[in-house]
Amino acid sequence: MTTPTLPIARSRLRRSLGFTERLDVPRRLSLAAAAFVVLMVGLLLSFITWNGVQLFAHSGVPLSEIFSGTWHPDPSTQSAAIFGLLPFILGTLFVMVIAALISMPLSVGLALFMAEVAPRWARSITQPAMEVFVGIPSVVYGWLGLTVLVPFLRTNLHDLGFTVGFSLLAGALVLSLMILPTITSVALDAFVTVPGEMRGASLALGTTRWQTIRHVVLPAARSGVITAVVLGMMRAAGEALAVQMVIGNRPVIPTSLAQPMTTLTSQITLDMGNTVNGEAWNEALWTMGLILLLISLGFVVLVRRLSRPAKVKP
Amino acid sequence: MTRTLWADRAATAVLWAIAVFVVAILIAIIGHFVLASIGTLSLDFVTQDPSDVAIGGVGPVLFNSVYVLVLTLVMTVPLGILGGIYMAEYAREGRATTIIRFCQELISSVPSIVVGMFGLALFVSATHWGYTALGGSLALLVFNLPLMARLTEQAIRAVPEDERHGSLALGATKWHTIRHVVLPIAIPGMVTGVILTAGRIFGEAAALIFTSGLSTPTSYNYANLNLLDPRSPWSPLHPATTLSVFIWKSNAEGLGLFVRQVADSSSALLVIMVLVFNLSARGLGRLLQRRVTGA
Repeated sequence: MTTPTLPIARSRLRRSLGFTERLDVPRRLSLAAAAFVVLMVGLLLSFITWNGVQLFAHSGVPLSEIFSGTWHPDPSTQSAAIFGLLPFILGTLFVMVIAALISMPLSVGLALFMAEVAPRWARSITQPAMEVFVGIPSVVYGWLGLTVLVPFLRTNLHDLGFTVGFSLLAGALVLSLMILPTITSVALDAFVTVPGEMRGASLALGTTRWQTIRHVVLPAARSGVITAVVLGMMRAAGEALAVQMVIGNRPVIPTSLAQPMTTLTSQITLDMGNTVNGEAWNEALWTMGLILLLISLGFVVLVRRLSRPAKVKP
Repeated sequence: MTRTLWADRAATAVLWAIAVFVVAILIAIIGHFVLASIGTLSLDFVTQDPSDVAIGGVGPVLFNSVYVLVLTLVMTVPLGILGGIYMAEYAREGRATTIIRFCQELISSVPSIVVGMFGLALFVSATHWGYTALGGSLALLVFNLPLMARLTEQAIRAVPEDERHGSLALGATKWHTIRHVVLPIAIPGMVTGVILTAGRIFGEAAALIFTSGLSTPTSYNYANLNLLDPRSPWSPLHPATTLSVFIWKSNAEGLGLFVRQVADSSSALLVIMVLVFNLSARGLGRLLQRRVTGA
């Protein structure tokens, strides 16, 4: 079989590229803009890491000391400084997990409502409501927690141990509200991408809507919902100001929901301005920043792993 | 059979209850700030200097918020759009693209307080600028640039392939096609993206405490147009406490009578601005959509 030949050689049809076209300025320029983010990540990682290890490299604090539960950054005549970061790490983990536990039923429920139940008019309320929720700045949530939630806990739940109001629960509640739109929108995406045929097939078998949701929609959207919750937890772990305003800022390992405690972000927020560059206390704050960075790096990898495999499951 | 029907009813009721509850919380939050700011939030409040002995206002703080916002957008939007164009039109799947994508994801998940620390190390200490509006804007650029790039990329990817083919078939170059065919169609999506980014920037505080500063600004001389003079409010090198940072500061200063009123009204102001950003993003997006598709 012979290929039909063109009457004119193909090379003569195509005009040879001019200098500017070969240079292709737009391509190079836009590549530079896109690659700029790599430069920023490189700078950020190296600055935070460099400053974060100074506590060990410069001040000679042994690595094991940061896993101690004692935070005593200001050396006095009686005692040496101790840089135990465990209260902050555990505080961040506790507040993150509890906020996710509170927020999960509400946000996943809301996403289910929007995807499966809501009539058009209801969706036209919840959709913009979510956008406004996302838009409310974190300081506003913090201020609300400080002036409404904390006094409420102090006066109404005083007998349950909320003597000051500032507490693990206050932080978790404020955070649960802040991560609600994050979880809702990602979970909603997961529910909406479940093919309509699957619902139809299930309903055609005579199931109720709830049975279809429970046995078809939820299993099919499972990895998306997990991703949503993980993204919510990521946001909770990194949130600084709102938490700092309601958590009480006490460097102890919390034993009850009513206890004032602290987190990595809160301590950085509070102490960064009061410490001097180069002293061990300041270096410990950078170490906390490095730990936060590692936590978010871990989350990114986790989310990538969660979202990679195709969620085809009968 | 009836049990499954009851379960269905109960589940539906629960889902409705959740939706009503969440919307009620939002209405309560907004209502709270509306009530709390009545009597304080006025034109005077928006224009006057902060004061220790009276309610005063947030004039200079609000000015700083807008200043930092504009400065950040001036840097973020062109860079973000260019980056988005590359990722949508030029990038081939390969190691470079994978690395860029990973960096975009990573940086949008780094806590803003960590970005603030980075800004402190680079734009405040290393440059010897001290606390400046420029330092704050650069810190904001760090985590809003990937967002802008991704929003642009999505908007460009949503442009139908046929439009490109039509233009290329007429002999237009790739760049000509992007500029005159793809971008105009993608503009509504991009505008929405810019406005939503703007809302985020406006409310951001954690990244700004360490970069643009915490000092309460007073008696700005708006007639001083010397851009290199740190005392001029127009200079990128002036310390710029923004509205969000100002609210956070209120909590550190204890709950005096005026502090509470001022912070309540400032919060209300912030929420109102965010609402305006949101509504205009929707409205403008829709308007542009109609113009582009109608023309």
